[in-house]
Amino acid sequence: MNDFNFYKSQGISDAVEKIADQPDAKFIAGGTNLIDLLKYNLMTVSTLVDVNSIKEDTLSETDGAVLLNAFATNANTAYHPIIEERYPLLSKAILAGASAQIRNMASNGGNLLQKTRCYYYYDANTPCNKREPGSGCSAINGYNRNLAILGTSDHCIAVFPSDMCVALAALNATVCVTGPDGDRKIPFSEFHRLPGNTPHIDNNLLTAELITGIELPSKGFEKNYSYLKLRDRNSYAFALISVATAMELENNQITEIRIALGGVAAKPWRVQKAEDFLVGKTPTKENFALAAELIVEGAKGFEFNAFKIELAKRAIIRNCLMALNPASQLPGAQPSA
Amino acid sequence: MRTESIQPPPEAKNSETVTLHINGEARTLSVKPWVTLLDALRENLDLTGTKKGCDHGQCGACTVICDGKRILSCLSLAVMKDGAEITTIEGVAPTGDLHPLQKAFIEHDAFQCGYCTPGQICSAIGMFKEGKAHTEAEVKELMSGNLCRCGANTNIINAIMEVKNGGNYE
Ligand SMILES: Cc1cc2nc3c(=O)[nH]c(=O)nc-3n(C[C@H](O)[C@H](O)[C@H](O)COP(=O)(O)OP(=O)(O)OC[C@H]3O[C@@H](n4cnc5c(N)ncnc54)[C@H](O)[C@@H]3O)c2cc1C
Ligand code: SF4
Ligand code: FES
Ligand code: FES
Repeated sequence: MNDFNFYKSQGISDAVEKIADQPDAKFIAGGTNLIDLLKYNLMTVSTLVDVNSIKEDTLSETDGAVLLNAFATNANTAYHPIIEERYPLLSKAILAGASAQIRNMASNGGNLLQKTRCYYYYDANTPCNKREPGSGCSAINGYNRNLAILGTSDHCIAVFPSDMCVALAALNATVCVTGPDGDRKIPFSEFHRLPGNTPHIDNNLLTAELITGIELPSKGFEKNYSYLKLRDRNSYAFALISVATAMELENNQITEIRIALGGVAAKPWRVQKAEDFLVGKTPTKENFALAAELIVEGAKGFEFNAFKIELAKRAIIRNCLMALNPASQLPGAQPSA
Repeated sequence: MRTESIQPPPEAKNSETVTLHINGEARTLSVKPWVTLLDALRENLDLTGTKKGCDHGQCGACTVICDGKRILSCLSLAVMKDGAEITTIEGVAPTGDLHPLQKAFIEHDAFQCGYCTPGQICSAIGMFKEGKAHTEAEVKELMSGNLCRCGANTNIINAIMEVKNGGNYE
């Protein structure tokens, strides 16, 4: 770690002002990603601005919608009775990520901003366009088992590794931010970015903008939902593929469905065409299989991750079937049914 | 390939005065902002029961209980814990006594080298407080943040299950 200053912020505007004043200052919440990156010297900071003093409740409810506090921990969010009852998909996805200790520390805002787990991003001795724009991408022709199959570019094939965000994408969440120019809201689908030729920019948050909350629309899909996470070990590992399904059924017909994939791209992946296709259909393996084809359309495998295309399709089918019977699901977002 | 050098920050870095309530005792110390809670415990306060395994959040050896929650001390900065109540393995039981989990670990041979043990025990205490682990499958899932390099996991889970089923884990 480099030497830096520490500042305990007194509130949202105080924190934003402090960062706006100093180009190399950064917010720190749980620290579970930032301290790690600082230890690897992948980032340097002049001042860390602690946002933990911005203490409020885990969430608030208005007109049926729920506003998650960005500074609340992932654990308090996942175990909150309102989230467990009304948004169990979100609860499941959060609990599938990291470990109990890390979830006790990690904040909701920080979760949206975690860095990729591309091996080469972490190895400062190798070229990486995300870490050092223009230096090249070591992963495209390197060991790319945990990297992307969708939305890649010739400059970067990194995956955005969050579990929580896969559920937030399926729930059509909105990110609330405050910056030097005031407040704004960013729809979840427009928050994270595909690499294109600017892979060093992960998302559309501007300098000195602070995430203050995440809005969940009133619809929580608490009857038919499932989160499935496939990985190299059963727990405490990042996803190779994950799937969030939120479904509404009437007389055994799908009236609404959302399917979001994690582990496949630089952002949670949703395909409108596939969701539209399923509306009005019966929830069968055959229909989910047809939708899965639409979701992975255009996928491109690399030397060590081409298997993920088939794995993604099977995971989509399995997870949509699991969503029919949430009660049968196992702890840790493992395959069931 | 990395070209940029690490720039020193513009202002002088002062040490911060921090008070940590560790195992029931207020300890005031002066630390630089980049010192982790783990290093402060081990290096400044001589509480070496808390172990450094990976120093990157990947093993759980450094688990302590902070304001009632299990956390990783390697990914916490001491300056961010000013005023916090912290329990380390040294403080889980009254002097001269053993915590029920410590006894169960001995009975079940739940370690080989013992390096992961303080973290395992603090983590299990935190898990009991959370009250979310009901079945053995849930215990396994919620203890997955603590790796055991010696592979004593089966006995670790058995020891934890015994204490859990005995209902005596304070
Ligand atoms: C070993 C390990 C395993 C993990 N496994 C998983 C996993 O399986 N699935 C998963 O989803 N995640 C996993 N994680 C990642 C973890 O979920 C994130 O590190 C965590 O969510 C980040 O939140 P934080 O509050 O600790 O962020 P910090 O580390 O404090 O900050 C991260 C970044 O966000 C910025 N920031 C923080 N809060 C705000 C805010 N409110 N507004 C603007 N900027 C902000 C910081 O400046 C920094 O750049 C794992 C982490 C570790 C260490
Ligand atoms: S995939 Fe992206 S993060 Fe990984 S080496 Fe290539 S440019 Fe860097
Ligand atoms: S030393 Fe903290 S998790 Fe390994
Ligand atoms: S007993 Fe050796 S690491 Fe667990």
